[in-house]
Amino acid sequence: MKSRETPENLSVVEVKEVYKSFKTVKAVNGVSLTIKQGQFTALLGPNGAGKTTLVEMIEGIQKPDNGDITILGKKWEGHQNELHRSIGLSLQETRFIDKLTVEETMKLFAGFYQLGNERVNEIISEINLGEKRKSYTVNLSGGQRQKLALGLALLNNPKLLLLDEPTTGLDPNARREIWHILLQLKAKSQTSLILTTHYMEEAEQLCDYIIIIDSGRILLEGTRDELLNSDNKKIIEFTPEGSDNDLNEIISGNSDFDINWDENTRKGIITIDDLETELPEFINYLKLKNIQLKNFESRRKTLDDLFTTLTGRHLNA
Amino acid sequence: MHSKTLMREPAVLFWGVVFPLLMALGLGLAFTQKLDTIHKVAVINPGIVIDSANRFESFLKMRTKRATDSATHKVQYKITVKDAKLGNNTYIFERTSQTEAMKMLKRGEINLIIEEKNDETEFRFDPVSPEAHLTYLNLSRVINNNKITTEDESVAPLTLRGTRYIDFFVPGLIAMGMMMSSIWGLGYGIIENRSKKLLRRMIATPMKKSYFLISLITVRSIMNFIEGGLLFLFSYLVFGITIQGSIIALLLIFIAGNVGFAGIAILTSSRTANPEVGNGLINAISTPMIVLSGIFFSYHNFPDWAIGFIKILPLTLLADGIRSIFIEGAGLPDIIVPFFALLMTGVICFYIGLKFFKWY
Repeated sequence: MKSRETPENLSVVEVKEVYKSFKTVKAVNGVSLTIKQGQFTALLGPNGAGKTTLVEMIEGIQKPDNGDITILGKKWEGHQNELHRSIGLSLQETRFIDKLTVEETMKLFAGFYQLGNERVNEIISEINLGEKRKSYTVNLSGGQRQKLALGLALLNNPKLLLLDEPTTGLDPNARREIWHILLQLKAKSQTSLILTTHYMEEAEQLCDYIIIIDSGRILLEGTRDELLNSDNKKIIEFTPEGSDNDLNEIISGNSDFDINWDENTRKGIITIDDLETELPEFINYLKLKNIQLKNFESRRKTLDDLFTTLTGRHLNA
Repeated sequence: MHSKTLMREPAVLFWGVVFPLLMALGLGLAFTQKLDTIHKVAVINPGIVIDSANRFESFLKMRTKRATDSATHKVQYKITVKDAKLGNNTYIFERTSQTEAMKMLKRGEINLIIEEKNDETEFRFDPVSPEAHLTYLNLSRVINNNKITTEDESVAPLTLRGTRYIDFFVPGLIAMGMMMSSIWGLGYGIIENRSKKLLRRMIATPMKKSYFLISLITVRSIMNFIEGGLLFLFSYLVFGITIQGSIIALLLIFIAGNVGFAGIAILTSSRTANPEVGNGLINAISTPMIVLSGIFFSYHNFPDWAIGFIKILPLTLLADGIRSIFIEGAGLPDIIVPFFALLMTGVICFYIGLKFFKWY
């Protein structure tokens, strides 16, 4: 498709008022979104928020009950082959043919796109699986398997890349490796990415646009900066000593401060606008009540804080 | 790719290639070797002194050898009847109690019980069991010194090729092997890939769905040719089995069988993503055919009303077709009907299967 529009304005994905229900569950409940070229977008939400259903509808794997989805200006009906050539994806749970090696699996999929061995070698080095080239996929670790899945998604130089929870269940090192590959991709290509995750760090690290969804609806969306730095609110996290009795006011929320108490971690969180005047007031209050602190920190606002403010729950609860 | 993965699973090679060979060898030996047969017979102790005029008692005393079983310390009487043509028969009589005799009968160690009474000898056996009947007839002939054949009659054992049990069995085994490897290899493979979401992943590429299925079927057919060929080669070398009919006819029926069972496999595996359900489905389809289609024993023992149905089962069509070419010397005209029937079965099942096929 020749683009008459400038790349920044070209929308790669257009989702309009999409609904999808399964028996008793409304998985996706009226979602609209637009993904621009080169934009890395995170669909952030807890498990069961409807992320996978939404992504699978964009991937053409599921059909929406209602609403329209266009990819690169085209609907799935009648353009399957063309769209399959333009997108790359990895499913939430990917298992391969056990007794094929990494290289053979790559070649098999490369064959589907009529790509040669050159591209296979390129991708294998990009995803850093050169050492495992001759290993059977059944013997790969979780991280290696996800890298292979990512490599398969990248084979055809997709205009749109869709990754469904690419790092769920991986250890921090493996997760960072996947991030590294994606950041490299971002630096050198115009690929747009839609990534689902329930890790706020992942959304923050990788994506410039974040859509927070819960119960099949979009709660909030915006660029990373818009979401996190729009207000100048600061987060104070403190861990007091003492029994429930001593901390009665804090736990029950009867103090003058708006304290969010987490019973599990026994941490209090307050959000303040003006660190210089409000913080000393809070310290004075603790002194007055004779409350000793085990720990005290001031930190920037996270996406989890945002989610908690909106839903009263944590992302990874 | 598919063929490589097959080669890398040693279990696939074992069950697909080695196991049918072993089965042919085992059953072939069991039914071709004329081994000496040993019949054990329980003799119930009368608890009274038997008149020596009792014919059976005098037979035991005069003509058999008395021995004691080293393991059970029971008294046994042995007699071996030699027969160059039909093989030797050895009868072992063991004195035992009534309850012990019933136990031996239930365990299948014996099929005949003899009870001595003062004025007569009673033979007890299941009249429906042909084997028990045969033991009784043979034994009573030995005891009474009767001959079956008169001077101007003789027995000629049939060892002609094509009339032995192994000649009957090998074509059926080839047919069954084709069915099993098609339905399991193809059907179960598809179900497993669906459960792994691999099908879902593959069709999210420009891969043509028909190419995918055709490549699976092609590899499976080639495997079937190799398996069938090996089984035949083995039977030829060990049992001297030959193909008496038309090779072209054999080739055609083989191809039709592959198409037929590939279609059935696609239909069987068109929906489910659960390997356990798949397992059940495949068994539900293959087991009745193995039992009914006359692979191990002729289906002519089934009631007449069932035979019409049995004859149109795909496995029956294939097994009978291959068998007629192997041992009856059938040619092209003889296999036209099963050829088209199998082909149509395959095409229709494939078509319906594709309509229902669930890729994700």
